[in-house]
Amino acid sequence: MELILESLFNSVAIGSVLLVAALGLAIVFGLMGVINLAHGELMMVGAYSTYVIQLIFKLPILKPFYDIYILVAIAVAFIVSGVVGILLEQTVIRRLYGSPLETLLATWGVSLILQQFVRSVPLAYATGCVVTVFISLIFGTFVPKHLFQGSKGKLIKAGALSTSAIAGVLTGGLLGSLVSKLSRASARNVDVTAPAWMRGGVDLFGMTFPKTRLLIIVITLVSVVAVSFFLNKSVWGVRIRAVTQNRDMSECLGISTENVDILTFGIGSGLAGVAGVAVSLLGSVGPNVGGNYIVGCFMVVVLGGVGNLLGTVIAAFSIGLMTDLIGAGRLLTIWPSMPQPLASTVDFFSTTSMARVMIFALIVAFLQYRPAGLFPQKGRMVES
Amino acid sequence: MKLSSKIFKGIATAAIATTITACGGTDQSGNFDDSVTVGILHSLSGTMAISESTLVDTEKMAIEEINKAGGVEVNGKNYKIKYIVEDGASDWPTFAEKSKKLIDQDKVPVVFGGWTSASRKAMLPVYESKDAFLFYPIQYEAQECSNNIFYTGATPNQQSEPATEFMYKRSPAAGKPFALVGSDYVFPRTSNTITKEQVKSLGGKVVYEDYLPLGNTEVAPIISKIKRALPNGGTIINTLNGDQNVAFFKQIQDAGITPSNGYYVMSYSIAEEEISTIGPEFLEGHYGAWNYMMSINTPASKKFAKNFQKRWGRDRVVADPQESAYNMVYLWKKAVEKAGTFEDNAVREALVGVTFDAPQGPVKVMPNHHLSQTVRIGEITSDGNFKILEETDGPVLPQAWNQFEPSSKGYACDWTNPRKGERYKL
Repeated sequence: MELILESLFNSVAIGSVLLVAALGLAIVFGLMGVINLAHGELMMVGAYSTYVIQLIFKLPILKPFYDIYILVAIAVAFIVSGVVGILLEQTVIRRLYGSPLETLLATWGVSLILQQFVRSVPLAYATGCVVTVFISLIFGTFVPKHLFQGSKGKLIKAGALSTSAIAGVLTGGLLGSLVSKLSRASARNVDVTAPAWMRGGVDLFGMTFPKTRLLIIVITLVSVVAVSFFLNKSVWGVRIRAVTQNRDMSECLGISTENVDILTFGIGSGLAGVAGVAVSLLGSVGPNVGGNYIVGCFMVVVLGGVGNLLGTVIAAFSIGLMTDLIGAGRLLTIWPSMPQPLASTVDFFSTTSMARVMIFALIVAFLQYRPAGLFPQKGRMVES
Repeated sequence: MKLSSKIFKGIATAAIATTITACGGTDQSGNFDDSVTVGILHSLSGTMAISESTLVDTEKMAIEEINKAGGVEVNGKNYKIKYIVEDGASDWPTFAEKSKKLIDQDKVPVVFGGWTSASRKAMLPVYESKDAFLFYPIQYEAQECSNNIFYTGATPNQQSEPATEFMYKRSPAAGKPFALVGSDYVFPRTSNTITKEQVKSLGGKVVYEDYLPLGNTEVAPIISKIKRALPNGGTIINTLNGDQNVAFFKQIQDAGITPSNGYYVMSYSIAEEEISTIGPEFLEGHYGAWNYMMSINTPASKKFAKNFQKRWGRDRVVADPQESAYNMVYLWKKAVEKAGTFEDNAVREALVGVTFDAPQGPVKVMPNHHLSQTVRIGEITSDGNFKILEETDGPVLPQAWNQFEPSSKGYACDWTNPRKGERYKL
């Protein structure tokens, strides 16, 4: 009983990390078909914003609220990664729709740029840049378009731009002067420490459940529910699905596909930011933190069936289950009297390195029979 | 779109400006008759940059100190040391390529460089074929002894062997079984082979061994296996690398694998620098083994730490790899003065037997091109330092060929005797 419980918890724990990381990609790659190799770096942006929020909450004025900084960090990470994602969409990906290979190369380049960016730019200035983009996005969205036209249009535009630039510079400067750690560029990995109430474990049924793992499971659960609710029930969700299924027809029916693209990409990127928060609780935060997850993310989305949220969920948890079953050598514990050759094979694959090999091999074999993944997309797609 | 292009322009300008200011040279006043240029080759970009850049800082500091004290004196002439820094980019073939450049194009008499064993293995053929001269500063798995390389880091018998013995005989986990966890590459695997043999000869048991692929931070399966293998606590020997340590220590603490529950981790790659990254709250009560620890309470050690912080910032720490890097610059200077020439063959010959009062205490270059060094075992404290629990009575002699590993048992290395060389039977 205890064994099953432990195995189950571990599978869910591993699976939920994979799932939260892959969720954003399931939208960007699954729904929009954009092969975004910078997805891992959007996670990294989320992880770094957790770190910045943590430092801000260590300031005397916010110290009393330190215990809840992680909740604030989730919201901030969503916004920051979303903003960076929208910037990426507007500047790079937008021009490359329909050419997957070029997108792949361009986003890979962007991922390298982002990695080097956090290495060589102080985090305070990086925050300032994000604030600038964020405010100018707000101007662009909420100021009526006609104001930007006409004789005074240029003036208003310049005013909006300089306001956002000034806000960014001020935020950067303020942060830099308040928190000295943020005012210097550093390639060193930084550490996000969970508040005291979240460290350690909960003892239940004679077992220890790590609290950070429980929190990640909750974050994942909430994200999945929120995303599926958004996609299925909200107006914009319906529009997104419509554009996914038939872009030209949607456009004919009056949906602004351009705005849908921005929104979809922004949400996908924001979810990557949330994943960044989760990942920062498990390990350290560094320029390479996202890169370590990108292959796993694509694996989950492809295995689940591109464009299918339920498939992504099931794929993540089945990989989690397999990792635990193979990697922790559960089979031998369950069936100790296994015949010798089989036992030594199982034992051979029960190291972490070999378990990974085995899982990839199984997935490759599976995709031979079901090339479209667990749940292939049904219906009439434009491309097919 | 215009906005974004403006932002990018701004960022680019800022980045260029930083690079230019960072590459300012090293100008120091003083009267010198001539100058000599040495090579420094570490990763300044990529994953290893974090660690290797601290070595570049230390080597620059050592060179500046020597120059301030009058430079290198050869045949009555004072030479100022200049340096060329090359970036190995965390890419092993690049290390070989840049080595060739430093040797052939810049004609440097010596190169200080490398961190990972993989980078050293990539450079070794270059230095041997060109008969050039490399100093390598990191503790490593040994089982190598090149005439063209001097190794100033610890060999396994100067780090892991005293540590294993301490854990088995005198730690709170004495007599309990061992679990071995490491990153999946050459150093942890070789180091653990040695540890397994040693534990066996001490009468102990290794009940679990596992390797995490580099870059993987999912340690949940490892934790449940450790718990199953060591139900009543014991020693965990940790040879994980870099970020994986952070994931490992954060997650084992949450899972209840802590000193208060009888689990003690002995780490071979966690120094002061790493403690501050991981956070001492996750490491308190666990152990480490090094030749140099920042908390060594001698004037030489304090001076080294103070000078480093004065040069590079008050919040910086010094650790064992940096001390080795510092030592090698001074050892080279002493050997040059002893040989009376910069010619690398003569300097290498002169190096054997050179002694230096290092921050860790006296070190001496042995005929097998490694150093005799003092070994210390420390417990990590809540302020991020080591509390030194044990210290060998004096410097321990280095073994290039390990005496626990069956394939190298009974062999040694001696470059002072042409008939012995790289590997001879004792």
